[in-house]
Formats: sequence, structure tokens, C-alpha cells
Amino acid sequence: MTIDMSQFYQVFFDEADELLAEMEKLLLALDVSTPDSEDLNAIFRAAHSIKGGAATFAFNDITEVTHMLESLLDRIRKGEMALTSEHVEAFLVSKDILVMQMDGHHHGSSVDQDAVGSVCQRLKALSQGMLPETTDAVASPAPAPESVPEPARAEAAPIADADGNFHFRIELPEVPQRDVDALATELGLLGTISQEGLADKRVVFTLITSEGQDSIVAICSFVLDPDDLKITHGGAEGSPQAAAETSAEPEHADAKPSAEDPGYGIFEPENTGAASAPAVTAEVAKAEPAAEAKNFGRRASDKEGTSQESSSIRVGIEKVDQLINLVGELVITQAMIEQRIGVLDPIHHERLLNSVGQLTRNTRDLQEAVMSIRMMPMDYVFSRFPRMVRDLAGKLGKKVDFVTRGAATELDKGLIERIVDPLTHLVRNSVDHGIEMPEKRRAGGKSETGRLTLSAAHQGGNIVIEVSDDGGGLNRDRILAKAKQQGLDVSDTMPNADVWQLIFAPGFSTAEVVTDVSGRGVGMDVVKRNIAAMGGTVDIRSVPGAGTTIAISLPLTLAILDGMSVKVGEEVYILPLGYVIESLQPAAADVKEIAGQGKVVKIREEYLPLIPLYRIFDIEPGFTDPTQGIVVILEADGKKAALLVDSLVGQQQVVVKNLESNFRKVAGISGATILGDGGVSLILDVSALLRSSRQLNADPVFF
Amino acid sequence: MSYSTQTQAKAEAGEAAGKEFLAFTLGQEEYGIDILRVQEIRGYEPVTRIANAPDFIKGVVNLRGIIVPVVDMRIKFSLGTPTYDQFTVVIILNIAGRVMGMVVDSVSDVTTLSPGQVKPAPEMGTIFDSDYLIGLGTLSERMLILVDIDKLMSSSEMGLIEKIAA
Repeated sequence: MTIDMSQFYQVFFDEADELLAEMEKLLLALDVSTPDSEDLNAIFRAAHSIKGGAATFAFNDITEVTHMLESLLDRIRKGEMALTSEHVEAFLVSKDILVMQMDGHHHGSSVDQDAVGSVCQRLKALSQGMLPETTDAVASPAPAPESVPEPARAEAAPIADADGNFHFRIELPEVPQRDVDALATELGLLGTISQEGLADKRVVFTLITSEGQDSIVAICSFVLDPDDLKITHGGAEGSPQAAAETSAEPEHADAKPSAEDPGYGIFEPENTGAASAPAVTAEVAKAEPAAEAKNFGRRASDKEGTSQESSSIRVGIEKVDQLINLVGELVITQAMIEQRIGVLDPIHHERLLNSVGQLTRNTRDLQEAVMSIRMMPMDYVFSRFPRMVRDLAGKLGKKVDFVTRGAATELDKGLIERIVDPLTHLVRNSVDHGIEMPEKRRAGGKSETGRLTLSAAHQGGNIVIEVSDDGGGLNRDRILAKAKQQGLDVSDTMPNADVWQLIFAPGFSTAEVVTDVSGRGVGMDVVKRNIAAMGGTVDIRSVPGAGTTIAISLPLTLAILDGMSVKVGEEVYILPLGYVIESLQPAAADVKEIAGQGKVVKIREEYLPLIPLYRIFDIEPGFTDPTQGIVVILEADGKKAALLVDSLVGQQQVVVKNLESNFRKVAGISGATILGDGGVSLILDVSALLRSSRQLNADPVFF
Repeated sequence: MSYSTQTQAKAEAGEAAGKEFLAFTLGQEEYGIDILRVQEIRGYEPVTRIANAPDFIKGVVNLRGIIVPVVDMRIKFSLGTPTYDQFTVVIILNIAGRVMGMVVDSVSDVTTLSPGQVKPAPEMGTIFDSDYLIGLGTLSERMLILVDIDKLMSSSEMGLIEKIAA
């Protein structure tokens, strides 16, 4: 091979992944009794594109599976075969097989050849089982796209010989011998190839293969311009049938008359004048409109492809992150300028101030635009669930309607990737434990089919993702009993919200039977931990007999957060605004000392522990008396506390910088940011602060 | 990563064919570190203190958008009273991809030492543990204590890097 194809592998894998996901989505949405032909076509196109790509890279196993998939789909969409749920099932399984094969090629993971074989069998059986005269339809390669009228396609389609092979005559433009050899090797992988030279030093290949013409074009296009290529279909050897001329550029066709190889029955429309008999001309006339129609179809589809490609580009995430970093710097620099000009005389420097005002607005816009690059729709996550729910429900014998809402809601890419696992867990749980068996539902006066809703919505600076089912709800008594059995600290009078939180305890499961779906009790604690690590919270609402809703609240992005800057002594810290409920100066009467336990502050009929920041971080404070300073009421993990600081400085968006990239983790600090004056300010880890406050009095030193 | 650079540093120390060293002073002693580990040299800027960190870790500074910890070698090795003024120098090091700042008394020059000029370090006599020394560089009148800065900065003693590639 003369070209290093591996550089294109990643592109192929990325695209194939997308296509497979799209295919699955369409398959799941398909109404078996009255399938939408547009959907069928889309599924077909996806299979076809993957096949083309796989053939180009000589991933023959993928080509094989997609080929069978494609043949079957082709028959269905042409109406030769009725779609059944069996088909859909087989398609879904073959999608999984393709994913496995793709992983095999991509990551070198193992491929279950038995499964591949059984899927091939299944597809074959399906395509043969229904109609006897399948051979040529199965082997028929991808016809032209949908814009081609039906009759034209039928005529333009190449004819297979008895073995389902096609005979192609491929006329190359003038290329170096090296390229000819490379092409011969590559094309040889598709089938049997022979090569002959023409008078003007050009080369003609004759290829007998079961592949479609697209595969040939795809291979050749790495070496030469497909437009210069002339591919003609021949029937089986000696077949009298004429083949359609499909060169994209008919003017190239005048190169050589077909007289040299009459055995393939090739007709050159432009060249037939003197050489051919009148009968042949008549046949050409018949073939020409077909060829033209097909050319038209191909062009149209090319155009469609181009417009799709140009609407998005693939960029490495590092580049985006670098861009975000740079814009972050720009914002800081801009803030610095703003601070510097604050002291200038507004009348004297009016124009400068105006310009800076403009700069400020532009910078903010730029920052927002750049941040939105990292944003991805939740659909990216949601789209994998319909399949899972369907399979799970089938396995468990339950009926579940799966509904998603707010799939267009956007979330930071980093978070999107990390939310997948916890969400998968929650959805599994809902199907397994939440939604009851059909009989039980009927007995309970509900419809047999359960309803599982996955929704995403923005709420302030957060995104709230909810997994909601209309199942039996959580069983309070059982959770409490289980908690007691496990020696957890519970009482029968606990509020519901606290009881529900118990299911996040490690090793906690109330499922009576451990299934392969869920019930081992590992998971909910992991879910909670993962979400907490993303700066999010999990909330459970449950009504017995009516269902359970698990709400995950996440910050929109990790890179920027709304912060409140607070001052203690000479030091400024940033509090993530999401944790801040309110801030106030308590009255002396509201501050109570608990002997040996530190202080509490009474706020809105609640006693909250007072965390003096100066003590935790060992700072020389302005005030040690809460009634002189400010207390900020914080809430994290469902716990509240009052943080004592000297004063509030302001509220601002800050770009979060990692402290650990050059240093190590610091207890009580979640990151750092750069302030308008270029100095560094540390961002407080509120959850850790609140946790530490419980041990604070026993051990005043943080470490 | 840091491990590989350490071994690399060792290997280099073995051959050290005309290596360049940045010479700086701490108290009365003159030290040298591999110039390739030095990213830049800056003046001292106010740092943001990190709570509950050892006192030789002065804090963190903003170095063109990245947060860089700064250690004061004078405090770490108890060399007189550290002062911070416009003459205080911070050597910014890049060790195994991590950037950190090191406050020293002054930076003098860059010198090239051939392997013959590097003598093995004695087992005593300097404030640095001899584990962190490459050797002694002799240069006519001067003597440089050559420090294996990779090893020193990634040591648990400095506490700058959490658990190296465990």
C-alpha cells in the first residue's frame, strides 16, 4: 500500500460511530407496521456509508456484515419484503456486532466471531427466507440515492452473474505505474482482477467482485480524481445485456472504443457513431437516459453530502480548551484595563472609556461564544437509553414507554461524558425496581405500560436532569428496616427526604432478588459520588404507588463558575455561588455558644454550625466576632452551615484553574482563579468545608 | 513521567559532556542546576498564600494564566532571614511538565562544566541531603554545588507533587 491509510482511520471510526448511533435511533423509532420510507432510506444510507468506509480501509468483516444488512434493508425499502419486528431485532443485533467489530479494529479489543457468524446467518436467513428469487437482489449493491426515479435505477443497476459477482471495467486516466500497481493490489482485495494496457499507455482493470461500484470509487479516489475514472459494468461473461455507462464525466469517455473488449458488452455513447451497427445505437439510446439519470442522482447526493460536511468540523478538544483558556486570559486582561481606567477622569477620557466599554461587551460575547463550543446537547446521552430500556424491559417482561424531554438542553462536554454512567445506573434501577410488572400495575389500577421519563432543563446556572418513573415508589419501611439491619443510624420518625438519601449508602439495596440488571447494592453510592465529584447534587422525590423521581442538578460547566468573593483579613477567597443561600450579619442574640462544640447561629428558626474561615485557614482575621463580620449561609450535600468571613467583596464569573496541575490537592480548596488585578484567588471547596466543620472542634487544624 | 526524567537526569549526570548549569546563590553557597530545567527567571511578585501549607511554600502566583506554586529555598534550608524586594529572584522551573517557582538570593550566570570538572559530592558539608546532589563543579576559583533539581523538587520532603506516579 503506498498511502498510509491509518491516518484516516480515526475519521472513519468517528463517522461510523455516529452513523451507527443514528441508525439505532431510527430503528427504535420505526413503526413496524407502517414504516416511514424516509427513515428506512436513512437507515439504509447509514449502513451503506459504513460499508463504503469499511471497504476502503479493508475492514472486510465490517463490510461483510454491512453488506448483508444493506441488502436486506434495500429489499424492505423497495417494498419487496414487509418489515417485521424480527427484522428490527436483527438490525439492532447487527448494529451491536458492528460496534464490536469497530472496537476490535480501533482498540484491538476481542471480537466474538461466533456472534458475528450467527448475525450473518440471521440476516441471510431473513433475506432468503421470505422470497425465493433472492440471489441477485441480495448481491445488488447500493443503487443510486433516492432522487433517482425507480425505473431509471432498475435499468442502471449492474447485473450480477450467477455467483452474485459483477464485472467491472475500470479505465484509469494516465497515472504513474507505481499508482497502478498500488490500485491493482487494493482492488485485488475485493475480488479477481486482471489488467491490460491501452494504446495511449493508460491501463484498464477488469474486476470481478461482489462489491458495489462505490467501493471501487472509494479505493481509487485515494490515488486519483474519481471524475477521471471510468467504470463500466459488464454483465456475466457472454451476457448479451447492455450495461449502463456511469462515468461521471462523459467527455472522458471518448478515450478508447469498446471494440477491444467486446466480451463485456460495453457501449460508449459518444463514440458509437461510425463503429457501431444501427442496432447498437438503438441500445445506446436506451442506456443513455438511464446513465444520465443516474449521474444526476449522484451529483445531487454529492451536493447534499458537501453541505452536511461543511456545517460542522471536527476539532480536537485540546484546541478548544486552549481557546477557552486564552479567552479566559483575555477576560482577565480586559478586567484589568477596566480597573485601571476606573481612576481616570470620565470627561477628559470619554472616548477611551467608550472604547473600553465596547471592548468589555465584545469580550463577554466572545467568551460566551467560545464557551458554547464545549457545549453539547443532552441528546448525546439520552439517545443511548431507548435501546437499553427496550432491551431491559424485554428481559424483565415489563412494558415500558420511554420518553425524553429537553434533549436539546446543552451541557459541557466534559460533564456530558461523565454523566453517562450515573444516568445509566439510574435508568436501569427505574426499569428494574421502579416500574412494576404489568399484572401488578393492572392490579394497582394503572395502565400496564409503565412510563419512564428522562428530562433535562436549565434552572439558573444549573442543569437539572431527572429520571422519573410512574412505578411503585420507594418503600419507606423496607429502606428503614434494611438500614437498621445494616447498622445505620436511623429512626422511625426520620423525614422522607432523609430516608430516601439512605439508598445512597454503600452496599444498600432493597431488591429481594439480585438480578443481572441491578440489585447488588453497588451503584447508588457510586452514582452519588460521581455526581458530587462533578459539583452536582442528587435529590429524590418519591410517592408510594405513584412513582419516583431522581433529580440530578449539575453546574453547566466546570470551566467557569459564578463566584462570590469574600475577604478574611488580607486574603480573598471565592465561594461558588451555587452553594450560597444568603449572607447576613447575625444579631448577638442569635449566636449561641455550645460548650466545647463551638458556636451556632440561629437563622430562620434553624440553628446552623458556625464555621470561622479564619480558624480553618489560619488567617489573621479582621473580626472574630460574628456580629461584626458577615456570615454566609452555605448549603452542600443537604447540609447547611454558616461561614464567618470579614466582608463580601463582590460577585463575578471566574475561570476555574486547576491547582493540581502544578501543585497538589489542598484540603478545603477546589481550585484557583485569576482576579482582575492579575493576582490569584483560591476557590473554596464548600462540601469539604462543611464536612470538616463537623470535626472542626475536635481537631481545629485542617490537615 | 517524572520517573523517566529522573533516570534521564542520572544518565546525563553520568556523561555530562559539557553541560550547562545555571548558577545561583543561597546564603554563602553557590549552587548550580541544569539549565534545561529552567523555564525563566523573574522578579518576586506577591503570592497568594495557601492555608496550612508548610511555610517554605510561599503560595501560588499567576504566570501568564497558569497557577504556579512558589517555594522559598531560603526558608526551606534556613539560610538567614528571607527578604522580598525588587532584587528577589524567582527561578521558574519546568520539571516533568510541572511548572514551579523557586526563590533564591541571586542568580549569577550560566556556566559550562565538562565531566572532568564535576567531582563526586562528599557525604557531608552542604545543607542539601547528598541524595539530591549530582556533584561539585569546580571552575577556577569557584565551586558550584550541583543540585539534582528534578529529584529535589519531586521529593516528598518538598511536598510539591502528590505521590509521584504511584
